[in-house]
Amino acid sequence: MKQLAIRILVLLTLTSGTLYVGWRWLFSVNWVNWWIAVPLVLAETYSLVDSYLFGLTMWRRKERGEAPPPPEGATVDVLITTYNEPVEMVAATAEASERIVHPHTTWILDDGDRPEMRAAAERLGVGYLTRGDEWQDMPRHAKAGNLNSALFRTEGEFLLILDADQVPDPLILDRTLGWFRDPEVALVQTPQWFSNVTDSDPLGSQAPLFYGPIQQGKDGWNAAFFCGSNALLRRDALMQLGIVAYVREVERAVRDTLRASRRVLDKAVARARKDTPELVPSIGLVLEAVHVAQRRLDEGVPVSEVTFEFQQTVQEASRSVVSDDLAAIRADLADLELLTGESLDLLPVDVDAELGVPVVDDAALDQLARRDLSPLAAVDSVRRLMTAVDVDRADEAQPMMPLATVSVTEDMATCMRLHANGWKSVYHHEVLAHGLAPEDLRTMLQQRLRWAQGTLQVLLRENPLGQRGLSAGQRLMYFATMWSYLSGFAAVIYLAAPVVYLCLGILPVNAYGLTFLAYFIPYVVLNQLLFAVIGYGVKTWRGHQYSLALFPLWIRACVTAAANVWFGRPLGFVVTPKTRQARQPFPWRLIWPQLTAMAILVLACVVGGLRLWAGTTTSVIGTGVNWLWVAYDLLVLSVIIEAARFRVPEFPDQVEERAA
Amino acid sequence: MTEWQTDVSDGVAVIVCPARVSMAVAASFRDAIAAAVAQAPKVVVDLGPTAFIDSSGLGALVSGLKTCRQAGGDLRIAGAGEQVRTVLRLTNLDRILRPQDTVEDARRDW
Repeated sequence: MKQLAIRILVLLTLTSGTLYVGWRWLFSVNWVNWWIAVPLVLAETYSLVDSYLFGLTMWRRKERGEAPPPPEGATVDVLITTYNEPVEMVAATAEASERIVHPHTTWILDDGDRPEMRAAAERLGVGYLTRGDEWQDMPRHAKAGNLNSALFRTEGEFLLILDADQVPDPLILDRTLGWFRDPEVALVQTPQWFSNVTDSDPLGSQAPLFYGPIQQGKDGWNAAFFCGSNALLRRDALMQLGIVAYVREVERAVRDTLRASRRVLDKAVARARKDTPELVPSIGLVLEAVHVAQRRLDEGVPVSEVTFEFQQTVQEASRSVVSDDLAAIRADLADLELLTGESLDLLPVDVDAELGVPVVDDAALDQLARRDLSPLAAVDSVRRLMTAVDVDRADEAQPMMPLATVSVTEDMATCMRLHANGWKSVYHHEVLAHGLAPEDLRTMLQQRLRWAQGTLQVLLRENPLGQRGLSAGQRLMYFATMWSYLSGFAAVIYLAAPVVYLCLGILPVNAYGLTFLAYFIPYVVLNQLLFAVIGYGVKTWRGHQYSLALFPLWIRACVTAAANVWFGRPLGFVVTPKTRQARQPFPWRLIWPQLTAMAILVLACVVGGLRLWAGTTTSVIGTGVNWLWVAYDLLVLSVIIEAARFRVPEFPDQVEERAA
Repeated sequence: MTEWQTDVSDGVAVIVCPARVSMAVAASFRDAIAAAVAQAPKVVVDLGPTAFIDSSGLGALVSGLKTCRQAGGDLRIAGAGEQVRTVLRLTNLDRILRPQDTVEDARRDW
């Protein structure tokens, strides 16, 4: 019944929204003042697309209810990930994990490698894992790497992933394992709920709209998201993912390297023709081996065979090159020294610090090709190139990375790959773990930034709309979340447009007359009604406020993620601190863009009033609409001040507990 | 605890797998490969007796391949049955490791 009401409202909202935005584009864009008019109508179109994606999500909302009983004899590892959280906090989570009723093994995965954490694990009698020696000086991949490492040291059929602060309910496994009776289910996600948040939740920590209607909606499209904690995973699905990804990365790296080698060798042949013609046949041999390897890969010969043969040919060739004449060798030695002196810097194959996969660097490759290497040096660099990308992925601590390391938030990328490989996911709507939310604005902002950056990285690196293996619905469900992170740009326009009108009298819309209201009011009212029905009994206002009020953060996330993906700039990864940061004065520097925006909005209202009074402008409706608009903006933005002033009430025992 | 039978002759180690190569034995499988590499870096994994392998088993094969290559050797697989071949195809791992029909085929030209 409720679902029917939701569907009707979705249809009405989208119809009225389409009419409104259609009318805006066709009849009411004030082209004379295009510099504000076009951005505004674009922002409104952005919002309409957002409504469509939201409507689609709600269309198939799935309320699952109880899970069947757990599969007989299911074995489970509970993996608690930690890096620098207080030992007491992790120990409390581990203790709670030990109280889980269903048989399981608890593990603390300590990426901080702390002796006191190990001691606590021993005292509690739970497993303790750190990275092995093989991770020394290798890309570590933060939490994804921590979990990947643990996957090869544990053996339960199912994994319960918990962040260090997420205290599980004793029944968490009994309530959820049953979903795995379907052999195609790879993931069961439960909500994240925070126990240290007051009812008014000024920092907007709870996400009841997401861990509720939105996840249920995605679930209906078999696209419930993995959110990194409070989730169960089927080990076999993850391992399969690791193997598929391993094969894909290796083959791609080998192909790239063969192409690179060809260029290096072509150049070396040219030089040998001039200086040392007697060496041309030897290099020709290696060049031929490259051609053969490329052809054999295309024929479908397994990569390990191709690279093995190739390595053997190159080894023989380099022996024959070396055994030639002495004068050439001297020249070679000079070149070689140059090469080894700069060692890996010169190799155009490198390991991407965040992706952890071998990538061929075109710029470095050009540099190498321009170097005019002697034959021996050329052959040697080719040999080393191939070793760098050989099937064993010598650059990676572990040849397989079941959890995706493509983005700083591994969850979404991993989940998308699971779905693309045909696995199902489940959203189980029952709070079965209680965590700790950030308690100050700075920490909260860091956390949101990290999520946004991670999501946008996935969008830019593996655009869901083009992912093979995903259904149309799944593609759109992933895209919907990514789309929502672009809201910062629209927010700036929504803030600027009324200011422009009130101060300069410039209309982005042709008329703020009754026609405008006739189109606009139904859309807005229906939209609000839809939210009210969907979010009945759920506090959605905070989330709504933050989606606008954090506009500087969303924009920053877009810019940094794009710079990272396209230009290889570092993101500046931060682990979200789970403990309160040192007491701070009012954090002006964190929220100056919002404060500036608010000051400008207030000023604009005054100017608008003066203009009306002085008769510079005559449109009462226009001024009135914009006043209301500004009032709404201010109401929404005010949350940031509330958040900045927020101080957690101090309870002596709590301080003691957390301070350690 | 599964016993991994390893025979070394002519510089090649042959590891004979049990009927089920799954999560439960993946760790000991990796250890067996490491032990074999210590004796001879060229390793043939005989999957003849194996009726079932899961992704963890395949994972052990991949890390075994790494171990062998790092020791300057190689790892090959032989005697894979229907289920094993299906899983290899499903994960595309046959793009990396070619299943040889028999152990003798696998050792040829080593």
